[in-house]
Amino acid sequence: MTSLIVKNGRVLDPASGLDEVATILIGDGVIKRISGSRESLREQIIDATGLLVCPGFIDLHTHLREPGREDKETIATGTRAAAAGGFTSVCAIPNTNPVIDSQTGLRFIISRAETDACVNVVPLASVTRGQCGEEIVEFGDLVYYGAKGFTDDGHPVMNTEIMRRALEYSAMFDVPILDHCEDLLLSDGGIMREGFVSTKLGLKGIPPLAESMQVARDADLAEYTGGHVHIMHISTAQSIEHIRRAKARGVRITCEATPHHLTLTDEALYNFSTAAKVNPPLGTANDRDALVSALADGTINCIATDHAPHTDIEKDQPICDAPFGMIGLETAFPLLYTRLVLTGHISLQSLVDKLTRGPAGVIHLEPRGTLTEGAPADIVLINLDKEFTVGAEPFFSKSANSPLIGEKLCGRIETTIVGGKVVMHNRVFA
Amino acid sequence: MTSPKRPSVFKHKHLLGLEHLTADEIIMILDSAAGMKEIFTRTVKKVPTLRGKSVCNLFFEHSTRTRTSFELASKRLSADVINFNVATSSVAKGESLLDTARTIQAMHVDFVVMRHSCPGTPHLLAERLKMSVINAGDGAHEHPTQGLLDTFTMRDKRGSLAGLKVAIVGDILHSRVARSNIWALSKLGARVALVGPSTLVPRHFERLGCEIHHSLKDGIAGADVINLLRIQLERQRKNLFPSIREYRLLYGLTKERLKYAKRDVVVMHPGPINRGVEISQDVADGPHSVIEEQVTNGIAVRMAVLYLLSGARDAPVPEDA
Repeated sequence: MTSLIVKNGRVLDPASGLDEVATILIGDGVIKRISGSRESLREQIIDATGLLVCPGFIDLHTHLREPGREDKETIATGTRAAAAGGFTSVCAIPNTNPVIDSQTGLRFIISRAETDACVNVVPLASVTRGQCGEEIVEFGDLVYYGAKGFTDDGHPVMNTEIMRRALEYSAMFDVPILDHCEDLLLSDGGIMREGFVSTKLGLKGIPPLAESMQVARDADLAEYTGGHVHIMHISTAQSIEHIRRAKARGVRITCEATPHHLTLTDEALYNFSTAAKVNPPLGTANDRDALVSALADGTINCIATDHAPHTDIEKDQPICDAPFGMIGLETAFPLLYTRLVLTGHISLQSLVDKLTRGPAGVIHLEPRGTLTEGAPADIVLINLDKEFTVGAEPFFSKSANSPLIGEKLCGRIETTIVGGKVVMHNRVFA
Repeated sequence: MTSPKRPSVFKHKHLLGLEHLTADEIIMILDSAAGMKEIFTRTVKKVPTLRGKSVCNLFFEHSTRTRTSFELASKRLSADVINFNVATSSVAKGESLLDTARTIQAMHVDFVVMRHSCPGTPHLLAERLKMSVINAGDGAHEHPTQGLLDTFTMRDKRGSLAGLKVAIVGDILHSRVARSNIWALSKLGARVALVGPSTLVPRHFERLGCEIHHSLKDGIAGADVINLLRIQLERQRKNLFPSIREYRLLYGLTKERLKYAKRDVVVMHPGPINRGVEISQDVADGPHSVIEEQVTNGIAVRMAVLYLLSGARDAPVPEDA
């Protein structure tokens, strides 16, 4: 039985190669049929004429902050921010308090998502207990209860022996380890990327080596163990070279890039903006260009936001004391569409691909991420021509730590459909 | 040294650094400081220029000479001065920096003189509050009044900065003094040579037009001015150089090494000095050294800064005393 019709939109689904004006019939939460012809039924009809209709976006890297820091974000507010940005599935990063490192924690996320979330929450678990980098978690039990990936994001596993065992062990469950690559001895309290700008500002720099050497390490470990390593928020040209070479020799390595690393540079720190303080730090124009090329040539598998909400109290401090991170869910698509697609650096197909099929492939979330018949009806409708100013309307996230406030961007998310239900339409939630 | 179109009013409300000042604005401060220095020779070393204004020294790092210098500069202009002691203040009770600053503002203070270990902190205050903010050193970023007093001293000794070769020797990487000097000197037409070990002299400064030297002999060759920086022991713990002994061997300025520079070279140091490390006893106390004059000039420069930031016209220093 059909319950929702999205008619006459430009249906763009990179996974199936579809890009035409069509109508989608939805029932029982899944896509029943996609057709070029117009249907006249009694069900709820959304007129998508003039809009882009694509699979809902999937974010591998969302800090929902619950449990522990509900003053920054909750599962309720974080998933609203996701829906407002066109994301229908978000992976909850487990660096909460307590850390999600056991079945109990995982069940908390899943049950809280059932009551509070307006998009799909995909639980991740930590690699080591308490993210202490010492004992690996119960991968088998956690996978059984729904963990789709494992990460010690924010507290990277520095001990190479432990990382080796984690990759070797996780390989038997076919789940990726998502690694925040940072050699903590090299980054050593740095605030921003080491280079001309940090030298001018007198801010302690983080050398690009702090990331790239760990990427090279992980590539070799993945090759040796047969495990799947996914490099989070890649930010340097050298890291891309390591991944490109590893992929060429068949290593199970994937990677993501954030909207901010793809569009901003360390020059955003010139006014000591704490909103632009992020880890890994924003790189040089050379790094940004290398990331954009790697996105275009497929070396980068997907875009992930690293949505990292922080309160004004924490960000209104001297830059050395302010925490790393920026929010990203609500600006990801418009930012990339405006700065990369409209400028001709990548195609719209490629951008949508990296927000849908790309991330789904990394954590095996298929058939999410496509608009084929039988797939879950997670759909986003976008008005590509609509321009807006970031921050003119309040964020749905509990936090507002974005360096993009005041920027004019194109591509407004009109409607977000999750499991066949309209959860957000014209900034109003169901 | 006066250019044809000098500004008649100092347009800035804050002094956060020298990077964003023009050469004319820097000259305006130096000229004004020359007038202030004249006051020191009077019997009553005080003018009523800032009577009724209050200055708060807000220092989050230890400092003796800079804080004292600002205090005397304020007092010689008849401003009321309060020193905010961070160690015994509400900051120690966990109050945020902005709340502390808002409290001071609520007391109707006109100027905040701020030192903080983190770059950009005076900028944060300037952005959020109504008071005039003077940066008295923000981490390794800038120390504008030190840059001005160094420049003032060089100009005093040489007449003009244009074409001078100035060698800055030491830990450039962590030095706010070096950065403020680089901005002022390059704007005023001096050649800047940065000298020190490769770990402490970032190559990136070449993009600002500086020469980079790792040999003291090459770096100070033909120099008109040598500005020495204090070497901090904690850098050794980070392996940025192997030992004080080796630092002295490679970069210590001795009487013998002075001969590589110009015969009448001026030797400067922002203090506090490590005698026998970056500078030998005989050089520190010798005829080339102007270290004590720098201290005196520091007060004049800080008076000029307070005076100009208070919105004063480019009038001569008030005669009434």
